[in-house]
Amino acid sequence: MAVTVNLTVNGAQHTVECEERTLLVQLLREHLGLTGTHVGCDTSQCGACVVHVDGESLKSCTMLAAQAEGANITTIEGLANGDELHPMQQAFHENHGLQCGFCTPGMIMSSVDLLKNNPTPSEQEIRHWLEGNICRCTGYHNIVKSIQACADKMKAA
Amino acid sequence: MYSFEYEKAGSVDAASQAIKSDDEAKLLAGGMTYIPTLKQRLASPTKVIDLAGLGDLSGISVSGGTVTIGAMTRHAAVANSAEVQSAIPALAKLAGGIGDPQVRNRGTIGGSISNNDPAADYPAALVGLGATVKTNEREIAADDFFTGQFETALNEGEIVTSVSFPVPEKAGYMKFPNPASRYAIVGVFAAKTGDGTRVAVTGAGEAGVFRVAEMESALGSNWSADAVAGVSVGQGDLNSDIHASAEYRAHLVTVMAKRAVAEAG
Repeated sequence: MAVTVNLTVNGAQHTVECEERTLLVQLLREHLGLTGTHVGCDTSQCGACVVHVDGESLKSCTMLAAQAEGANITTIEGLANGDELHPMQQAFHENHGLQCGFCTPGMIMSSVDLLKNNPTPSEQEIRHWLEGNICRCTGYHNIVKSIQACADKMKAA
Repeated sequence: MYSFEYEKAGSVDAASQAIKSDDEAKLLAGGMTYIPTLKQRLASPTKVIDLAGLGDLSGISVSGGTVTIGAMTRHAAVANSAEVQSAIPALAKLAGGIGDPQVRNRGTIGGSISNNDPAADYPAALVGLGATVKTNEREIAADDFFTGQFETALNEGEIVTSVSFPVPEKAGYMKFPNPASRYAIVGVFAAKTGDGTRVAVTGAGEAGVFRVAEMESALGSNWSADAVAGVSVGQGDLNSDIHASAEYRAHLVTVMAKRAVAEAG
């Protein structure tokens, strides 16, 4: 059994034939080779697999690929503009918002969605928003700092 | 996951027919519980019928003292709705405390109440406010809808289409969340409504959401946190697990009830 999924990923149109039980994250990683989206826990807890579907952040390990029919998806690979990093990526780079880096794609995708909804979040709001993104290295301090720095920069711009 | 067929429902009636004609077919709403269930191979449906395309099932309207929320409305939409925030702030707050932002972007009210997880937040709001569940067949009072852990009054082929909440005079919701899942270890919804005072508890009961009559009568004569401070629930029918013993949950019910009343003002 198979299902055909038409979707746009990082601006490119794709038609993918996959099993009905294929998860969106499997379609991205295994069918399209976009391995920047990570699978951490595979139980909707850790947020390493967060991508944007039609502009909203969600966990791609908890959505069927078939549900993404017609959707417009952005993954971590689609954030930068050529060689120019997205301001959130730049802020994580400058503030050392990572250690091992495994959770980073999800952290960045989630944070970009936060600033879209709330361009000037307080530290508490940032920490509350990151409820669904788990980092086992940093203790979150530099992640929160990165997001604050990005928010400040985008406000000034 | 075991393999299954996938189809998008063309209408509520078609989805209803599809699950009536195939016992092993299942409906998919937001999928925040059902997809993890599939992944763990705890379910093996023949067919998954996705309700996501049915636009008339989602949306929020407020009129004549009633807030009506379509079954496929996402938690984030309820939490961020200016209309809900102004009519029933406790309901918006409850929706904003479910899971995490990504779960709230996908999870739906209809899916949550149809699943009736004994630690879910929405059952407390429905019972605490005396809401009415509308389905493709009838209207069901919240008090009659939740019939036990993961069980509801829904018939075979019956699908929730919306939930109507009467706007209360005041209401508050307070939960003690599980630090990992954010499900309620204990959550208490307290409301002063046109029809009297209601206190609904989720997370604690073995059979799911329940009302506390003694707290309701105490609040009926004196709406204050002090009025419920001396009321405790029995431990007999409460959950006991690695997260909290029945004794601890019983204690939390009183504490959360006090805080919910204080929050309602």
